[in-house]
Amino acid sequence: MSDQMSDDATASARVGWNEQYALHVNDEVREVRDAWVGESLLFVLRERLGLMGTKGACEQGECGSCSVMVDGELVCSCLVMAASAVGQRILTIEGIAPIGAPSDVQRAFVDAGAVQCGFCTPGLIMAAHDLLERSVQPSEIEIREELSGNVCRCTGYGRIIEAVQRVSVNRRAGAST
Amino acid sequence: MPVLVPTTLDEAVSAMAADPDAMVLAGGTDTMVEVNAGHRRPSCVVVVNRVSEMRSWTYDPVAATVRIGAAVTYAELLEPPLATLLPALAEASRTVGSPQIRHAGTLGGNLGTCSPAGDGLPVLSALDAVVPLASTAGERSMSVHDFMVGVKRTAREPGELITAVTVPVLSGWQGYAKVGVRNAMVIALATACVAVDTASASVRLAIGSVGPTILRCAQAEAFAASAVDFAASSASADAVRRFAELAAAASHPIDDHRASAAYRRHAIGVLASRLLRRAFPNE
Repeated sequence: MSDQMSDDATASARVGWNEQYALHVNDEVREVRDAWVGESLLFVLRERLGLMGTKGACEQGECGSCSVMVDGELVCSCLVMAASAVGQRILTIEGIAPIGAPSDVQRAFVDAGAVQCGFCTPGLIMAAHDLLERSVQPSEIEIREELSGNVCRCTGYGRIIEAVQRVSVNRRAGAST
Repeated sequence: MPVLVPTTLDEAVSAMAADPDAMVLAGGTDTMVEVNAGHRRPSCVVVVNRVSEMRSWTYDPVAATVRIGAAVTYAELLEPPLATLLPALAEASRTVGSPQIRHAGTLGGNLGTCSPAGDGLPVLSALDAVVPLASTAGERSMSVHDFMVGVKRTAREPGELITAVTVPVLSGWQGYAKVGVRNAMVIALATACVAVDTASASVRLAIGSVGPTILRCAQAEAFAASAVDFAASSASADAVRRFAELAAAASHPIDDHRASAAYRRHAIGVLASRLLRRAFPNE
């Protein structure tokens, strides 16, 4: 599958009016049918593919609730034209961990009390995973800057930052044993 | 409505020739906001952020220029080696939106949108960047000053693509400063870029969000060139104050929902004085 995907990524693509196209989401090929091709990736994920974990709020890139990974880059799915992501690897919150077996980041958010209403949580989990992949021991300033595109109106961010720090500590403890 | 995702410049230019009014989509950080809101319903979309020629950059040490592909993202601009060659552009890039926006947004998109608040644009103006445009008729280049025509208006003709930006590498301190309501995720209320070129003993000042396009402050620049000591990296307190006054006088801000004209004009003076002091730290 990864070979197929890399072939697609280097080939030009053309998606016509109401033609069906396929997206690679969470290591699966998902057909998108009867869609207006100007739809955002956020809309297609939720309304065409039934992946409701990615949240939509501002639809202008301000809130980060719709954060997903496209070809390894954290982006706002509301600002990605879905048809333009043909051949790219898309990772959503559903692809982070199976239901019932949360990732260490998800577990830390629960343990630290970093979830209140929960609406911003999927986007924050995506951003936190991205940060912790690239930085083993992020400083508080670094955490704040990396999460600056994710708006939470409940928590005041303190416990979210604590959750990210817990994962960092636990991963380093795990790596040293 | 077809969506074309070319991977070579030839394909992209051909796609533009087939539908000269096609919507050019790079990072989507401006364009998709309009599409989502229903303000734009394009007949054809040409996606340029996988065009290999537009995704790369090259440094020419002989000409002392960096040619940055139009689809290079802010995230790439704020890391070395680009950040080392063009530090003010890296500073400006770091103030753009959030990590999510910086991973997607491109310098070419900043030019294409041509908002007076575009963060990359004061730097391109201060550095006298050149914008190459490609069509099936060939490539033409123009100064960024001529390219930026008005509020969200450029000299790009139908069927043309912004392929890159060619930016001179100067031999002095350069920096960017911005005022907004918070540090992240903010549209600028006032911006300024100061770039020093020790080789020509000149100081450039470009200001944004205070006019229909980015403004260069000729009087402030001429004053600074005569008032500072390039060898000693020094400027008197009076010189910094006068530079700030001339910068503020060069601004043409308006009152709008984000800030008053008076606030923006004051902010330009503050930003200009801070930047000149950083450029010439000794009194």
